[in-house]
Amino acid sequence: MIKLKVNRKEYTVDINPETPLLWVLRENLGLTGTKFGCGMALCGACTVHLDGEAVRSCVTPVARAEGKEITTIEGLSLDSGHPLQQAWIAEDVPQCGYCMSGQIMSAAVLLRENPRPADADIDAAMAGNICRCGAYQRIRRAIHLAARIQGQGGGR
Amino acid sequence: MSGIFNLSRRKFCQAGMLAGGGLILGFYLPGLDRAAAAAPPIEGTFAPNAFLKIGTDDLVTVIVNHSEMGQGVYTALPMLVAEELDADWSKVRFEAAPVDPVYNHALWGMQATGGSTSTWTEYERLRQAGATARAMLIAAAAAAWKVAPSSLRAEQGQVVHTASGRRLTYGQLAEKAAGLAPPKNVKLKDPKNFKLIGKPAKRLDTPEKVNGQGVYGLDVKVSGLLTALIARPPVFGGKVKSFDAEKAKAVPGVRQVVQIDRGIAVVAEGFWAAKRGREALGIVWDEGPQAGLDSRKQREQFAELAAQPGAVAKQKGDADAALAGAAKKIEAIYELPYLAHAPMEPLNCVADVRGGSCEIWVGTQFQTGDRDTAVEITGLKPGQVKLHTMLLGGGFGRRAVPDSHFVREAVQVSKAVKAPVKVVWTREDDIRGGYYRPVVYHAIAAGLDGAGHPVTWRHRIVCQSFTVDTPFEGAMMEHGVDASAVEGARGLPYEIPNLLVDWKRAPGAVPCLWWRSVGHSHNAFVVESFFDEVARAAGKDPYEFRRALLKNHPRHKRALELAAQKAGWGKPLPPGMGRGLAVHESFKSFVAQVAEVSVSKEGKIRVHRVVCAIDCGPVVNPDTIAAQMESGIVFGLSAALYGEITFANGRVQQRNFHDYPVLRINEMPVVEVHIVSSKDAMGGVGETGVPPIAPAVANAIFAATGRRIRRLPIRGEDLKKV
Ligand code: FES
Ligand code: FES
Repeated sequence: MIKLKVNRKEYTVDINPETPLLWVLRENLGLTGTKFGCGMALCGACTVHLDGEAVRSCVTPVARAEGKEITTIEGLSLDSGHPLQQAWIAEDVPQCGYCMSGQIMSAAVLLRENPRPADADIDAAMAGNICRCGAYQRIRRAIHLAARIQGQGGGR
Repeated sequence: MSGIFNLSRRKFCQAGMLAGGGLILGFYLPGLDRAAAAAPPIEGTFAPNAFLKIGTDDLVTVIVNHSEMGQGVYTALPMLVAEELDADWSKVRFEAAPVDPVYNHALWGMQATGGSTSTWTEYERLRQAGATARAMLIAAAAAAWKVAPSSLRAEQGQVVHTASGRRLTYGQLAEKAAGLAPPKNVKLKDPKNFKLIGKPAKRLDTPEKVNGQGVYGLDVKVSGLLTALIARPPVFGGKVKSFDAEKAKAVPGVRQVVQIDRGIAVVAEGFWAAKRGREALGIVWDEGPQAGLDSRKQREQFAELAAQPGAVAKQKGDADAALAGAAKKIEAIYELPYLAHAPMEPLNCVADVRGGSCEIWVGTQFQTGDRDTAVEITGLKPGQVKLHTMLLGGGFGRRAVPDSHFVREAVQVSKAVKAPVKVVWTREDDIRGGYYRPVVYHAIAAGLDGAGHPVTWRHRIVCQSFTVDTPFEGAMMEHGVDASAVEGARGLPYEIPNLLVDWKRAPGAVPCLWWRSVGHSHNAFVVESFFDEVARAAGKDPYEFRRALLKNHPRHKRALELAAQKAGWGKPLPPGMGRGLAVHESFKSFVAQVAEVSVSKEGKIRVHRVVCAIDCGPVVNPDTIAAQMESGIVFGLSAALYGEITFANGRVQQRNFHDYPVLRINEMPVVEVHIVSSKDAMGGVGETGVPPIAPAVANAIFAATGRRIRRLPIRGEDLKKV
């Protein structure tokens, strides 16, 4: 039995402790906002926060998440009010949208650590997240906008 | 279109199609009018046929018959309806259409999304549907107020009596309108009165894509759902000799192991157990005839084929004689590799085949074929198969498969285990799973006369056909030439008196498929790169040389001029940098791109800026056009810089994003998109940004280094200074 705390809720799951966190979130807890893209920590689609740090859940054994605060896209904000989500909507960033949970979760850590990121900071922090639809230019724009929203205390 | 009818008056409404009542409008294609008059539903199909629903809650739901894979159809197509309906855009919703002939592609006789056709093929009939509904709502208000319809106007989801200022919302009128017969001839708006079309509109699908709520195929939840991974042959055409089901079943969580057409399925409680189970199968394969497939040998084979004449795709004058007599000859070989689509969401499909029914949830571009495949496997009637189109985490052609293989697998497995099953492809399964853009070998030559004018152009294309022996053969093969192999080459826009384009069919060693922009993806690279070579050989500026020879192709020319002007063509660049351009027509749109590139001493390429101009005719959502150009440029750059699937010992040598890299944000150039103001025929945007980028970059590399790139992906060894 493994005890998990996801988006401030407690869960107990009966699962092989080596199972990647990604599949436990998606299949056992029904939190399908976190996506599968590569399974090898190459694309970032599966990014979640473990105690506030961005991790690739596809290569994180669920046992390693025990006792930690896990946050997924579903728990990032109430009603899509995070500055990044507001900015993503304002800039119409998503195309197919499949990579976007991971993009936003990676960007959330960036914005917390660096409230005024320059393009180079964005490139460095976001290079692990692939967008096959190529929405990169809008991702950059939206992160800058989110930084402004955050700076004005506009998050929800 | 004459087939609009009011579904609200038919049984479907009573059957609870629209909770709370309201107006439902359906339509039939011209060819199906007779069926409509004879009161369908068509034998064996479920036919709700609803196309537009207006509820008593004022919500306008447009049922979209094209799949949303990022290209924005869940916004652009509702815009067409909403414009003519004078709907309140904030009340407009979308819904994916079920499978039914009424939702067929306007040209293809099947429900499908592809060829960058969704918007232009729906432009008339969706506006017509909106206009018809608007007329009915006005008629309903006229009856309620006992006034002439001409004294009323519609605006923002309401009908207004101009004289008295009385108003009723569409929701308040929906039930009354539902009892009316649709008018026969409605007038569409003059485009100058458009309120929505042509202006940037926010995508309707963005909110659910930023909070994890959007449901892709991989996210489908069904009670009792099992997960299957399939072991497929490591060599295309291979067969299973033996396997150890017991070893796989010994993995905790594995429920069943079943053999299907394409391999061995391990069915488990979840992904991880299925994956571990699959690794334990210990399959011995009969590798079959492709066991020796090797990319290097294949290259030699293609070179031999290129020495033989092919089937003529286009001929003008006598290209060979003119070449023999030319003052200056330019000849080159261009080569392009197999490419995987690698959509962000790996392929998957959920099927539930039980008790005389079959339900499928899938991100697909080919609903009709997939449904028919399930009919064939299950022996059920089409009406007993229900297919739900989910959000597609990218398509690029990979989810439009004539053999429906990824749906077939799921239906077969579910049928065998009598439970709902989700077949999941890993990234490795996807990269190694075939259905690639074919390998292509081009032999091309041109001749200049003494004054430097091009007098002849001879282009031979060697590649396999992926449409022969599929239901698409009839549409694609013309006089022995596969149109998808020569598109973008046979229609050379430059004025050259002698021309020969032919196609030599290569053996189809590997399953191949349309890859975003299809034949244009390789032909544009070759034509636009080689044209640059010809310009240089003539001692001319590549931009001026193109302009001069495009005199009969004004749309090419306008796009080219706009891109060049915005990019500052001819202005000096810092040392080590180069500027290159390309212009290409595909899918009825005309796109020109100028790339600014630098090459380091180590041969590392950096694309700094791309200026893109597109003429796609009348514009629906300019923001989507810009997004699709950005997207196509990234897609094409990924292929130009990195994309390559190769074979050794019959096996694909790549497997995931480390050895099949795609562009990342730190490599993203600044992209500027400019739209040519145009009243010409409407074209597509989903694919049309792809073709010009590889040649624009290659031409920029030449400008920067003097090195000519003639094979993709661009290799360091082709760039090192000699
Ligand atoms: S799925 Fe985890 S990084 Fe790609
Ligand atoms: S939006 Fe499709 S992969 Fe990023």
